[in-house]
Amino acid sequence: MYIAVALALVLTMGLALIRALLGPSVYDRVLAVNMMGTKTVLLLSVITFAFGRPDFLDLALAYALINFIGVLAVLEFFRKRPELDPENNPDHNAEGAE
Amino acid sequence: MEMMLNIASWLLLTIGGFFVLIGGIGALRMPDLYTRMHAASVTDSIGPILIIGGLMLQAGITLASLKLAAILLFLLLTGPTASNALASAAILSGHRPDNAQEMSAPDLS
Amino acid sequence: MRKPDLHSPQISRLASILTLFVLLSLTWIMWSGYFTSMLLFLGLVSCALCIWLALRMRFFDDYLFSMPVGMGLLGYWIWLLREVIASSLAVTRIVLSPRLPISPRIARIRAGSDHPYDQVLFANSITLTPGTLSMDLDDGVITVHSLTEDGMRDLLSGEMNRRVTALRRK
Repeated sequence: MYIAVALALVLTMGLALIRALLGPSVYDRVLAVNMMGTKTVLLLSVITFAFGRPDFLDLALAYALINFIGVLAVLEFFRKRPELDPENNPDHNAEGAE
Repeated sequence: MEMMLNIASWLLLTIGGFFVLIGGIGALRMPDLYTRMHAASVTDSIGPILIIGGLMLQAGITLASLKLAAILLFLLLTGPTASNALASAAILSGHRPDNAQEMSAPDLS
Repeated sequence: MRKPDLHSPQISRLASILTLFVLLSLTWIMWSGYFTSMLLFLGLVSCALCIWLALRMRFFDDYLFSMPVGMGLLGYWIWLLREVIASSLAVTRIVLSPRLPISPRIARIRAGSDHPYDQVLFANSITLTPGTLSMDLDDGVITVHSLTEDGMRDLLSGEMNRRVTALRRK
């Protein structure tokens, strides 16, 4: 039964990955990455119970911390992009997330 | 009692998994960035509440339950903050929401 | 965790620093689970380090712990949980319907409370509810994007705003 929930989470991560690949803008990709981060935390929590490994809970919390800081750091980085970009065209910042 | 808790826990876990999946599908189907964020927020709010709630019922009153509660609290505090940061960064860089009409409070009555 | 009755800002500041220290120590003990002197000492050092960093960030200068914490907040969370469930079902219905019946709306809402923490609580509650998303918080005015017209209508009716504002008044 844990496996079913884990499967739903992995499937959602796959969908988020497709969204990250499709883009089209940097922000769509950041959104997808943020989604994958939350799903990873939940997946780690489910794995804790599915395999009886209580230490995975600590990893889940650590991942939640890293994911939040990571998303904010990436956003801070891209917030400065339009000023550097003379065109300032939102449709053209898709190439940033390679 | 044990059985009831088990059933409740599986129910929460299954419904949580369902909502998470809906959010994933929504993030693929929605037409523009902001509407996608609405779909993603389903996986960021109700998903963790139900799934971690279900796991807490399995754990009972233990240290693991306390840690799960801390993880849930952290996810619910940081999720909206990250979404706000994402939306305001997108606005600042010139992304406009697709065909969104303005609405204001006096329209209501 | 309300402001202590002693009104001096120094006392209040000291109380918030001590509260944070106790919270950090409890977190350390909970996650470590070892009680050897070495690990407890390391815990003490890292708590002190965190307090020092928080001081450098001017974390305590404007009453960090002036968040209204108590039964009122618990009641608000239960109400918010009901809202989250209802709007999750609404968004689910939209995502699963083949025509994708969305009607995006944008509105500016003035938060009922002047206190920055209340405004953040309000904005985060808006974002936490699927179907509504706060895009910008500027001087008490929150720019909200909603997935449907109905979602925005619910928000503009002002119940959430009222409840957040009522938290502090109690």
